[in-house]
Amino acid sequence: MHIPDGYLSPATCVIMYTASVPFWYSAVNRVRKALTNRTVPVLALFGAFSFVLMMFNVPLPGGTTGHAVGGTLLSILLGPWAAILGVSVVLGIQALFFGDGGLLTFGANCFNMAIVLPLVGYFIYKVIASDSEATSSRRVLAAVVGSYFGIVAASLAAGIELGIQPALFHAIDGTPLYAPYSLDVAVPAMLLAHLLIAGPVEAAVTGLVFAYMQRSHPSLIKADESGGKAGKIWILWGALALLALATPLGLLASGTAWGEWGVDELKDMGLGFIPQGLEKLAGWWPALFQDYGVPGTGDVIGYILSALVGLVLIAFLLWMLGRWLSQKNSSKSGSFSKGEPRS
Amino acid sequence: MVVTEELCYAPGILQKLDPRGKLSTFVLFIVITGLAQSLWILAIILALILALSFLSRVPLGFFLKRILLFIPIFTAVIAIPALFITPGKPLIDLAGKIIITEQGAHTAVLLVMRVLDSLSLGVLLILTTPWTKLLVALRWFHLPSLVVAILGMTYRYIFLLLHTTNSMFLARRSRTIGSFSGGENRRWLAQALATTMAKSQHLSEEVYLAMVARGYRGEVFILDELSLRRRDFLWITFALITALILLWGIHL
Repeated sequence: MHIPDGYLSPATCVIMYTASVPFWYSAVNRVRKALTNRTVPVLALFGAFSFVLMMFNVPLPGGTTGHAVGGTLLSILLGPWAAILGVSVVLGIQALFFGDGGLLTFGANCFNMAIVLPLVGYFIYKVIASDSEATSSRRVLAAVVGSYFGIVAASLAAGIELGIQPALFHAIDGTPLYAPYSLDVAVPAMLLAHLLIAGPVEAAVTGLVFAYMQRSHPSLIKADESGGKAGKIWILWGALALLALATPLGLLASGTAWGEWGVDELKDMGLGFIPQGLEKLAGWWPALFQDYGVPGTGDVIGYILSALVGLVLIAFLLWMLGRWLSQKNSSKSGSFSKGEPRS
Repeated sequence: MVVTEELCYAPGILQKLDPRGKLSTFVLFIVITGLAQSLWILAIILALILALSFLSRVPLGFFLKRILLFIPIFTAVIAIPALFITPGKPLIDLAGKIIITEQGAHTAVLLVMRVLDSLSLGVLLILTTPWTKLLVALRWFHLPSLVVAILGMTYRYIFLLLHTTNSMFLARRSRTIGSFSGGENRRWLAQALATTMAKSQHLSEEVYLAMVARGYRGEVFILDELSLRRRDFLWITFALITALILLWGIHL
């Protein structure tokens, strides 16, 4: 999901930086205010852990591998604002030292993986966990579902950023100047890979590590920060239902043409023969053949765009609401702020 | 993959420059690379990068291996379908069914070149600048000291944790005969990850106590002093003139 420099136009990069700055600003402020002297070492170590996590390739059924981001895990253990900072720092180091992502695209990558991912993941986790015990299996389910939708939402954002490039930035003769694939190719390609591969990996890793943490270090899991009163929790449940519907609907809505990219279907589509080189490619870049199909998918793009906007908006607004509700009836407490005087 | 700081102290031209000037001019060049829409501008930038890396004693083979092996090849593979699906004037007709369009070829080469240039600029910057100096420069550009401190410490502990997990893998492999099933591997990975997480948490506690024992009170001070010299002004002037020429070339 790391977008390197060169895939996005400078204009898009500026917009994505602008979108990320308010989150960074309030993350720095909140982390500074809410946590203590421990902030720096704790965030540094958990950031380093997230980096290591991205290097663990988990074997998947079917012979492939995938890796997790761990943004939701960090947001569960440290809180969403600290997670924004932690994952941003990791992405910065990856961009600088490992060529993973770029400097201009840093804003976009952070928006997807350090902002959308932990916020969506954390929100869903909060809703499902509500006020259950720190060691309950309901919280494991919450972590699994939250991290899955967190990474899927992030991939949707990345797909849209890549997909709008050819329509907005092309030369006079129609040559795309940046990422060459339009929304109807880029979004399904990103979504499919994350719905089927990276999402399950992220969910499994988050769930397994979370379950292990429950048994070995239950103090790390903040159970006392309640997700709101039982009477008001239905709002959050409603939002979760909406979220859960919105994400996969983007795929379902377009029918079979999007979900099935097999070589067989292509033959049915009247392509006749499949060049061997492309046949090999089809395994990992399945969306490649999309443009041979129907070009008029404008309404679908509109649907996906509105789904994303709605998803992010709902997630953010309701998360703020939940926070407000929980602040009203419980004192602030976290695992790293107990009995620590601020200097 | 693991970064050495050896080259940061080699007697080259870029190594002698102040990190602030270097950072800002390199970002400027990356922006210009982003704005460039023709291949020849991107080729000029690439020539400039190669000249600079030669003058900075960066071994060409090492440099090319670091940048060519990874992202540009990956990008090239990603760009291949664009050859065929970009609508436009036919350039090459393969067997009458699959057509490479002029626009498709152009966009694929453009994408690969741009990724190559941007990545080389980033790698060149990081190869010739010590990390601590870069952090001082970032602080000078008003990145919050909290973030600078976290960046510095995260970088350090990445290597420690990588080393730790590597040892875990090695320890397991050295006690293993035969192979594991996927399920066993997943279980072991979950344990390894959770152990690493617990270790991180424990370590952060120890690091915190060590910091407090040395007088840490929640504020971060950065000691390195930076100074701009004549060669820095020369470099910045050169970079700005080059940038203006390139921008003029872009708008031509």
